[in-house]
Amino acid sequence: MALSKKDMVEMYRRMLLVRYFEEKVDELYGLGKIKGGTHLYAGEEAVAIGACAAIKPDDYITSTHRGHGHCVGKGGDPKLMMAELWGKKTGYCKGKGGSLHIADLGSNNLGANGIVGGGIPIATGAGLSIQMRKSKQVVLCFFGDGASNTGSFHESLNMGGVWKLPVVYICENNLYGMSVPAAKACAAQPDIAIRAASYGMPGQVADGMDVLAVYEAVKKAADRARKGSGPTLIECKTYRYKGHSKSDPRAYRTREEEAEWQARDAIASFRKRLVGKGVLTEKEAERIDNEAYEYIEASARFAEESPYPDVSELLEDVYVD
Amino acid sequence: MREITFQQALIEAMREEMLRDERVFLMGEDVGLYGGAYGASKGLFDEFGPERIRDTAISEAAIVGAGVGAALTGMRPIAEIMYIDFTGIAMDQIANQAAKVRYMFGGKARVPLVIRTSCGSGRSFAAQHSQCLEAWFMHVPGLYVVMPSNPYDAKGLLKTCIRDDNPVMFIEHKMSYKMKGQVPEEEYLIPLGQADVKRAGGDVTVIAISTMVQRALKAAEELAAEGIEVEVIDPRSLVPLDMESICNSVKKTGRVIVVHESVERSGPGAEIATRIMEEAFDYLDAPVKRLSGKNCPMPCSPVLEEAAVPQISDIIGAVKEII
Ligand SMILES: Cc1ncc(C[n+]2csc(CCOP(=O)(O)OP(=O)(O)O)c2C)c(N)n1
Ligand SMILES: [Mg+2]
Repeated sequence: MALSKKDMVEMYRRMLLVRYFEEKVDELYGLGKIKGGTHLYAGEEAVAIGACAAIKPDDYITSTHRGHGHCVGKGGDPKLMMAELWGKKTGYCKGKGGSLHIADLGSNNLGANGIVGGGIPIATGAGLSIQMRKSKQVVLCFFGDGASNTGSFHESLNMGGVWKLPVVYICENNLYGMSVPAAKACAAQPDIAIRAASYGMPGQVADGMDVLAVYEAVKKAADRARKGSGPTLIECKTYRYKGHSKSDPRAYRTREEEAEWQARDAIASFRKRLVGKGVLTEKEAERIDNEAYEYIEASARFAEESPYPDVSELLEDVYVD
Repeated sequence: MREITFQQALIEAMREEMLRDERVFLMGEDVGLYGGAYGASKGLFDEFGPERIRDTAISEAAIVGAGVGAALTGMRPIAEIMYIDFTGIAMDQIANQAAKVRYMFGGKARVPLVIRTSCGSGRSFAAQHSQCLEAWFMHVPGLYVVMPSNPYDAKGLLKTCIRDDNPVMFIEHKMSYKMKGQVPEEEYLIPLGQADVKRAGGDVTVIAISTMVQRALKAAEELAAEGIEVEVIDPRSLVPLDMESICNSVKKTGRVIVVHESVERSGPGAEIATRIMEEAFDYLDAPVKRLSGKNCPMPCSPVLEEAAVPQISDIIGAVKEII
């Protein structure tokens, strides 16, 4: 199944939604309108959007603390995401989860995670469930370069490899885990993908700034998983444009390095490609861009105008009644 | 006396102990160049270098476990776990290894390890970055549990913990790091197991933990205006627990409220209240009251987060109820 023009336009649209969402969130945190912890995905859009385009609506994903891109990629609505970040009742998790815990279970997004590496065993378990239920679904498991040094990563990939589970492990290598360079935190260099060999699965490096390259790699791995041939580890080389968090002075990297990556911006280059191939005219591309921007503005208004949860909700949802 | 922040107090304590004893070192995520997620190791990397201020990979089990191994073999590590919520990942090394090695080996081993970590709500960080989990560690024989409430205590207690030969959970509230307080230039140590009477009063004893101490002091001030005198006691270390100071206060007031942010069920208040009942029952004029975090995970939404933990007004209300 090759990508249709419509698919590609939708990928472009979602990448823009993610970028504008993150810029808006950055602004709103700066203004003190939203509280809490948030980690912005700007720069890494090609990974989530390319990967999610390669699977079906009833396939699963697990996300991370840097999860806004995954949520949009899987079909989440930025309005409900924004409301969640704001701690509003209309958000995906009634304001209880916030940015770190956005979960759109309706689109089979099993949730962002505040614990680095926390989603990797869960993805593995979803894969186990698929295998036991014989449902032909797959799981995309997103995590960072830093997460690849958790015990959860190693235990899960081994288990997935032994049981040949239908999971695609996608490492978003943005070169840093908070301030620590992957080059200093990972003993084997230069690629995290080589770790796949220890767990009996193929490992592959993909250009995480190229949405179609990510799509191709994930498509192949998902097809393989669906056939029962087991998991794959895909390492996407990418870059986060903003600091790890709001207060991060980014002393661990240079402004030159940042500029180099931004010059390869995944959204700008995809747009060029779409226009070059005649999939979109400049004018159409501009209209999609404007609409995405407007949608995020509307999302912020929706979130701001939404009510906070009632204090009586505090003790609800702790247990199934 | 000069004023410094809680964060600076911790840095000074580690710096002084590192200068005093070359076996002391710090390891954890982003403790080096970045200076720690809450800035509690700022400047130490420049002074001591990457050998003694070690950035680690995101590997909590190995951070604590390497601390245990290094401690067993002659070093005196400080292991930083960025948020107490992440100790779940390191729990085997904390509870099964660090805490038990000495006993299992017939008293022949020592584990001089300090695990520094941050706890608490107040920033809308939700369920996995806001917990107060001191009760988990109080339940494990072999561990000390220390929770400073101001810069002076933070510095004096941390220095003591670094010199102690037992594994210590040193728990810093994330809303405390910027708090300012008087700290002398001269060296001092605060022994473990010594509670501090933060305010004297004869009507009601409020035993408060960590940031609840500041809230209790504000409540006490307001209540004093109404003629109610509250004694505020800060245990400072929960293990060992200074029951003598607590009982002395109970003898005076006859009424006790234990205030903590951690979840009520099986929290530190349960332990403290029971100990008071066992050791000072005859002096009680009313059942011991608990005022604590609600029995739910910490929500993100600011309105819910505030409702989940005791506020100053709740403390005032509880005092008026018990009196
Ligand atoms: C178990 C655990 N340890 C530490 C943290 C604090 N923390 C949050 S994000 C992060 C860096 C994660 O790096 P990486 O996996 O590369 O993801 P990135 O942030 O680069 O997307 C750290 C250390 C955490 N949330 N969970
Ligand atoms: Mg990273």
